[in-house]
Amino acid sequence: MKLKGWIAAAFGAALMVTGSTAALAEKLVISNWDGYMPKDMAEKFKAATGIDLEIAVHATNEEIMGKVTASGGEGFDVLFVSSPFAEALNNLGLVQPIDHSKVPNLANLYAEANQLKHDPGNVFSVPYTWGTTGLCYRSDLVKDAPTSWNDLLKPLDALKGKVTMLSTDRWLMAAGFLANGMSVNTTDQASLDKVRDQLIEAKHALLAYDDTTFYSKLVSGEAAMVHAWDGWCNYGIAEKPEIKYVIPKEGSDLWVDTIVITKASKNPEAAHKFIDFVLNAENGKWVVENIMYKTPNKAGMEAVDKAMFTQYPNMAITPADLLKFEQLRDLGAGMKAFSKTVSEIMAAK
Amino acid sequence: MDPGFRRGDGFKVPVVNSRITSWLLMAPGLFWLGLLMIVPCLLIFVLIFFERGIYGGIDWSAATLENITRAFDPLYLSIFIDSSLIAGLSTIIALVIGYPAAYAIVKAPAGRQTALLFLAILPFWTNYLIRTYAWIVLLNPAGLINGLLIHLGLTVEPLPLLYNKPAVVLGLVYSYTPFVILAIYSALQRLDPSYAEASRDLGATAATTFLRITLPMTAPGVAAGAVFVFVLSIGNFVTPDLLGGGKFQMVGNLIYDQFLSARDWPFGATLSALLIALMLVLLFIQAIATARARGEHARA
Repeated sequence: MKLKGWIAAAFGAALMVTGSTAALAEKLVISNWDGYMPKDMAEKFKAATGIDLEIAVHATNEEIMGKVTASGGEGFDVLFVSSPFAEALNNLGLVQPIDHSKVPNLANLYAEANQLKHDPGNVFSVPYTWGTTGLCYRSDLVKDAPTSWNDLLKPLDALKGKVTMLSTDRWLMAAGFLANGMSVNTTDQASLDKVRDQLIEAKHALLAYDDTTFYSKLVSGEAAMVHAWDGWCNYGIAEKPEIKYVIPKEGSDLWVDTIVITKASKNPEAAHKFIDFVLNAENGKWVVENIMYKTPNKAGMEAVDKAMFTQYPNMAITPADLLKFEQLRDLGAGMKAFSKTVSEIMAAK
Repeated sequence: MDPGFRRGDGFKVPVVNSRITSWLLMAPGLFWLGLLMIVPCLLIFVLIFFERGIYGGIDWSAATLENITRAFDPLYLSIFIDSSLIAGLSTIIALVIGYPAAYAIVKAPAGRQTALLFLAILPFWTNYLIRTYAWIVLLNPAGLINGLLIHLGLTVEPLPLLYNKPAVVLGLVYSYTPFVILAIYSALQRLDPSYAEASRDLGATAATTFLRITLPMTAPGVAAGAVFVFVLSIGNFVTPDLLGGGKFQMVGNLIYDQFLSARDWPFGATLSALLIALMLVLLFIQAIATARARGEHARA
């Protein structure tokens, strides 16, 4: 025990964990993806509530997860994370329940936003954005519009070397699971092995793995079809109307990015005020217009110019339709085998 | 001999044990090395023998050798071999480009040498990521080079210049050749020209003089440059990701993924330790090569 404590302490020191300064009374520390909320959020929130906002950024869920599990959440009040990670943080006891009486703007959300499988009733998380993952393609460069995940995994000869896939583990595997009609949360070894072999085969027809610039590859014509989150496909559509988005017939995952309050938060009152502020119609509208994601914020969606839904048809997917898709869930102990499989795919030739 | 210092008349620094003085002088450096080098390396070594926790982190409850057996799985071992080949090829190409460049700089008029050296390191003024990304702009199927080739009628379909191993080697050679130039330049500059003159006076051809005098005597510089390129290349994960399209991994990518994506620190630590071991072997070889070259130099 003593040794373990020493090792853990050494790690803490070696990692130089941020957040040694405890939050002062009226100051909140938020961690969000860069550009995922209005730039003037801190000023506006300060003007509305008098509370100072310190905004940290994380590039990936894994990054913030690493920071928070290392420090027990100390130094952060509010985190923006994808739903499986919110679920994991809850399982680790690192987040605190959301007091709905302190977040009146929860009324702005669609009824469906209260029925998300990772957290029915929004007990410990509040949904911020949601959407689908599918195929984004150049209608002028592909002969027939893609309809199936197999069109991505086993592309026609004409498309070989002109497709990209997401390499973020959960979505990479989801493409394979969905093509086989499996759950996006599959963890049994036989299925993992089967999908692994198919994804290694699919790798040979790829132009590249791309999680960040795939839409620009479509715009330039380097790629003709890419594995994409719907909102990111919209960035391509904005530049080239020939770009279309389709959810393959086997379906999609329903991804949800959420907001949680850390259990370590010294100022849960202010944290609730912040979430309430984020959920106002104006911020919801900002999300739709700037990130081009759908938001569970009904008031925000309704404030947007309807022309946007015509230009970007995937914005018009209804909450009821979104809920038909299976959410990515925390895989718990299944994560070990899952990660190992992904490593094997990425390492394979 | 009195190891203490004498200063002024009669003032005598107490005869301090010179060993204590040198230890004190080394203390800041040792502290720095110890805290930021030795301790982290020891932590890496400790991690090897444990399992990841479900949510990342370390499960300290039971020791295991599983990470080691896993690292020697042919799948991962082949990544070590491939990475070594890519890094080795990059090193050879960088030497072939860097040696003549360094030679030309040394032979240039003294006033121009500084300017030429400055040009060699000028790329470092730009961020590594941007320099690498620039190659995407040049090489991609809809990029400048392919556009030019198609325009000139040299090819109909764009050539696959990007997202493959040659593109990665190109990126590594481009980024690390300046190190080779600098290392070989300093070796060439220290070389006394009278050796080469003597060789020519005794009737050796220019080629013989280069091969038997200049090259062996600058071997330590070549070895230093080569180790630079190899070590930096084999651990690189940005270039394979950007110019290789993430389709094949190098050791650096594999380690990066274990820490930042798979959250499997123990396995990442195991792979890191293997890489450290590989580099130690190389540095050892370099040290021997350098010592031997110096020895021959002294005899000559």
